[in-house]
Amino acid sequence: MNPLLEVRNLVTKFYTLDGVVHAVSGVSFDLQEGETLAIVGESGSGKSVTVLSLLGLIPTPPGRIEQGTALLRTPLGQKDLLQLSKAELRDVRGGQIGFVFQDPISTLNPILTIGEQIKETLTRHLHLSAEKAKAQVIKLLAEVGIPDPEMRYKAYPFQLSGGMRQRVVIAIAIACNPHIVIADEPTTALDVTVQAQIIDLFNRLRRTLGMTMIWITHDLGVVAGLADRVMVMYGGRIVELSTVDDLYERPQHPYTAGLLGALPRLDSQETRRLVSIRGTPPDMLLPLRHCPFSWRCDYASERCWQEIPELTSTAPGHEVACFYDMEKGGLRDG
Amino acid sequence: MQRYFLSRILQSLVLLFGVVMLVFFMVRITGDPATLMMPRNASPAQVEAFRESMGFNRPVLVQFWDFLRGAVVGDFGNSLHFKTPALQLVIQRLPATLELATAAMLMAILIGIPLGLIGGFNPGSVLDSVARGVALLGQSVPNFWLAMIMIIFFAVRLGWLPSFGRDEWKSVIMPAFALGLSTMGQIVRLTRSSTLEIRGEDFIRTAYSKGLLPLTIYSKHVLRNVAIPLVSIIGVQFGYMLGGSIYIEFIFSWPGIGQLLEQAIGWRDFPMIQALAIFTSLAVLMLNLLTDAAYMIIDPRIRYGAR
Repeated sequence: MNPLLEVRNLVTKFYTLDGVVHAVSGVSFDLQEGETLAIVGESGSGKSVTVLSLLGLIPTPPGRIEQGTALLRTPLGQKDLLQLSKAELRDVRGGQIGFVFQDPISTLNPILTIGEQIKETLTRHLHLSAEKAKAQVIKLLAEVGIPDPEMRYKAYPFQLSGGMRQRVVIAIAIACNPHIVIADEPTTALDVTVQAQIIDLFNRLRRTLGMTMIWITHDLGVVAGLADRVMVMYGGRIVELSTVDDLYERPQHPYTAGLLGALPRLDSQETRRLVSIRGTPPDMLLPLRHCPFSWRCDYASERCWQEIPELTSTAPGHEVACFYDMEKGGLRDG
Repeated sequence: MQRYFLSRILQSLVLLFGVVMLVFFMVRITGDPATLMMPRNASPAQVEAFRESMGFNRPVLVQFWDFLRGAVVGDFGNSLHFKTPALQLVIQRLPATLELATAAMLMAILIGIPLGLIGGFNPGSVLDSVARGVALLGQSVPNFWLAMIMIIFFAVRLGWLPSFGRDEWKSVIMPAFALGLSTMGQIVRLTRSSTLEIRGEDFIRTAYSKGLLPLTIYSKHVLRNVAIPLVSIIGVQFGYMLGGSIYIEFIFSWPGIGQLLEQAIGWRDFPMIQALAIFTSLAVLMLNLLTDAAYMIIDPRIRYGAR
């Protein structure tokens, strides 16, 4: 089956006063209909820029998409998101791809009612009449689990809690039945208990709406209960791409293994120090000639300093960009 | 909300009482009001007679009570110069000042807000430089100097506009521009800086991610947020303008409140000065109340008492 979204060799750079930031360097991935893909990585790994590039939401200047294709296949045909005009992109945003952002405190306009903010997406894309749109908004509010939706329609963002606001943002994202919902760290700014509620909500929406989703996070703990596949990014590149179970059981990249090792566990018996990955994230101003992780890698060998490892398949549905074979202990062949 | 407004009205009344008290005692603190108000060459007998007729020989508190009772019903006594009720004279001058202030404010708003928006949306562009130039000039050029330069240029050299009076519609252009320029500068600066700030807010990114048209984003999401700080500056500046501009009205012989005040000071017409001072304070206080009301309409956080 053809994937719903097919991204190939995406390159995005930022031309800043300090130099060129190589934010995303050749990212390729597929998104199948109905699946949830998690993009994991630390700050500056290029995970947000990847998805913002798809919809032309990076600030230009200084940002620029240098190459790549992003085919979106819809029942109406396929189109390359990176080649669309501004007007065509506006139809895709909110209409075919919905967005959920990190901090629900600042992502809603403080002086408009939440009803209005959901409604304007509906009238923009579905051209509903005012009455129908209002009825639809109330349905959406109920769907994302906001009590008393009729009453809350006229509420302002400051009258709602953080979790409730994030539900409103989710309602905006799913309002027009988009093909894909992109969630950029949607639980990072929330309390842990509220985090769990929002993840439950996403899981429910995935089941009931058959939602296809890209979930960006730096928290591998969140990923386990939610994603089908995981894409680990480091230094603007994909270092590992795998199904979620395989990734947790057999991480193939030293970085992924390090991230998993750094997760604090409540169920471990022995007392142990919290582990971290030594070193700091790479300087994105330098164009790379070798593996971006080699500075921090315990397994780095001569070859890691000479070329950039390609993403290669090690098992069905599991790809990794590393010369070192973690399972066998030693360099891979070829 | 009603309680808030009620308390604001009460506050304003207290302030107004303070102003009335200040206006009343100002004349008394500086010395003998009778000698202050009479011409310098008046004989002692004339001063005494004047003191008698104005009731200045009575106890101060009795005088204040009388003044207060008069002030409540708008009676500030007769003008010493015109021998007619002072307040009536002020009200006669009101339309001219209202016309000038409205024209000046409209000019400031209609030029200042678009210019500030353009600058804020295209920082670093040519139009942004124009906006910043207007902001700087508006706040640094003294308006009396500008008024005289404009008269030399547009009235004397080119003969396009009348240099004084209020006889035709063109008369208002120069005084309004001179009066409104500094407010225009402030409006440009504030509009530009808050547009720049709001433009970078996360909720604007959300608006883009919904696929809204740029015009919708500017008018609905940006402009309404920018309007919040603008309302306060427009309210305060309009209040000052209603008090009349002494310089501008003097230079252009504009028959408004500012000119009346300038004349009243020359004539030592104290009842008139008192009426003018209290009227001006009242205008500023009422505009502040209106500003508060406008705030509540625009910003729900204030309406519901949040923050």
